[in-house]
Amino acid sequence: MRMRDGLLSAAIVLASTAAALADYGIGTPATPEEIAGWNISIGRDGDNLPAGSGDTVAGAEVFEQRCSACHGESGEGGIGDRLVGGQGTLSDERPIKTVGSYWPYATTLFDYIRRAMPLDSPQSLSADEVYAVSAYILMLNGIVDEGTVLDADSLPAIEMPNRDGFVLDDRPDVGQ
Amino acid sequence: MDEFADRDVDVDQPSRRNFLKGSTAAIGGGIVGVAGLATAAQAQQANNLPPNVPEWMTYPGDDTAHNPYGLPSPYEEHVVRKVLGTPKTYSAASSRTPLQDLDGIITPNGLHYERHHGGIPEIDPAQHRLMIFGLVDRPLVFTMDDLKRFPSVSRIHMMECSGNQSFTATGRNTAQELMGLVSCAEWTGVALKTVLEECGVQSNARWVVAEGADAAAMTRSIPLEKCLDDVILAYSQNGERIRPEQGYPLRIFVPGYEGNMSVKWLRSLQVREEPIYSREETSKYTDLLPDGHSRQFSFMMEAKSIITYPSGGQQLSAQGYHEISGLAWSGYGKIERVEVSVDGGETWQEAQLQDPVLPICLTRFRLPWAWEGEPVTIMSRAIDETGYVQPTLEALLDARGRNSVYHNHAIQPWAIAANGEVSNANA
Ligand code: HEC
Repeated sequence: MRMRDGLLSAAIVLASTAAALADYGIGTPATPEEIAGWNISIGRDGDNLPAGSGDTVAGAEVFEQRCSACHGESGEGGIGDRLVGGQGTLSDERPIKTVGSYWPYATTLFDYIRRAMPLDSPQSLSADEVYAVSAYILMLNGIVDEGTVLDADSLPAIEMPNRDGFVLDDRPDVGQ
Repeated sequence: MDEFADRDVDVDQPSRRNFLKGSTAAIGGGIVGVAGLATAAQAQQANNLPPNVPEWMTYPGDDTAHNPYGLPSPYEEHVVRKVLGTPKTYSAASSRTPLQDLDGIITPNGLHYERHHGGIPEIDPAQHRLMIFGLVDRPLVFTMDDLKRFPSVSRIHMMECSGNQSFTATGRNTAQELMGLVSCAEWTGVALKTVLEECGVQSNARWVVAEGADAAAMTRSIPLEKCLDDVILAYSQNGERIRPEQGYPLRIFVPGYEGNMSVKWLRSLQVREEPIYSREETSKYTDLLPDGHSRQFSFMMEAKSIITYPSGGQQLSAQGYHEISGLAWSGYGKIERVEVSVDGGETWQEAQLQDPVLPICLTRFRLPWAWEGEPVTIMSRAIDETGYVQPTLEALLDARGRNSVYHNHAIQPWAIAANGEVSNANA
């Protein structure tokens, strides 16, 4: 019994030390400027889209110079994914998944191009260039008209064809 | 004390290794007739067999610390990661673990599978930062030294890419080619819960968006509930600092969920009410179903197994006793049981599980077996602690069609021919 009591009080001491240390005081406050510099994520409602704008005409030029070598002259694909076409094929035997046929949100297009493309020099495009090339890719997919200008207001308002094409994980669907 | 004992002085000393390199080069060069070489090699081998004194006992071997960071025997040179085919670009590609050549459950660090989307960055840990912001009371920046000051945790876990095991894998034959996007290691770091509590998570928070410091700025949303459960901010793998290919100096490790979520080169965590709907959780890592809808946020890796001996590409050397051996795992927890069939799935026998049997971890199983020399099809199925039974490919395709891309965890059968050759029975 004695021994057990001893163990018990040792355990209590340990527990209270851990509680006292719950606030470790490790780390440095992140300043608003630091956060603004690193936060490049865009929500589906357009949250955190930067200022600036670009249209399909400027976008065609960006695409020609910075994207077509890998994605093809008209987005048909190459080293990089096919970016155009495939609408209405998702339940076919050979579905074609592209920005136009598959992506649910246009905001994701801006987010991804800005963070990861062009593959050989990511984060090198200006906000205007990303708006413009996004507009151009959406135009190639027949989602916006030629001449459309995209900015922080108009981009999130775009209805992508496969907007409602996703369901939450309902597995297990197979196996016992 | 010998003052040279801890120094590598004899750089130029001829060594067995150099000799060996020379002879492999000659074989590779193919200048000498192959048959002649084979006889020479056989004669040389015989010289090393009883009753003769093996040649490598007749002079001192390589110096101590000849390789300050040790390497496998040159005779194991074939045990390497493998990229399938010729990818269009090697910066967005994967390499696979040689499952058929490994024993036990731990994957050596140099053989852990890789999947990158923007190449492998070389990061100076002194210049690396983790920033936590969003729905927290105290947005904080951490250095690597900061993170190592927190209480640490080590756990052994498997990690699997949800694209492991293709739906259309024609021409793949070995365990590595078919299922090599799964590996297992001891991960050490700080519990994410500890670090999030330091920042003070706000009550409306539901998701944590992890972002990598690679050229893809890889981004995935992870449910907050999972982050407060068993997620680790890992800086070590099997005792040493994480390899560059695994996210040096820091990765988030999300046990049991598809490997892509364990974002490498972790530079920020944004706490949010909603997921970010990144390209990697919309365009990719969503599972297209036959009706044209896609499963999204399908994180969990379901129970799965594979026989690694005998497996595709191997050759049974003789009739008689063989130990069937393989690996089983589940994102839901521990492996409860593994069953093996040696008659094409007609009947099943319970395999022996090798300790330790850990949650969300590779588990080694074994079954003694006598091969009578007849053609047979062998396969294994895993049952995890939730009672879930790994399905057949037929059942899986019935439910999910052929276009899901991700989350194929079907039974893998191997065909053994009368000559002992083992191949993929699904081919
Ligand atoms: C050096 C080749 C290269 C260049 C240049 C390039 N890309 Fe890519 N792109 C790729 C590769 C490769 C991928 C696939 C990356 C992956 O899967 O991680 C990709 C993926 C994409 C995707 C995602 C497609 C999908 O369906 O998921 C988009 C969108 C995209 N690129 C747009 C662009 C734009 C816009 C540009 C020009 C500003 C560009 N890319 C320039 C190679 C390139």
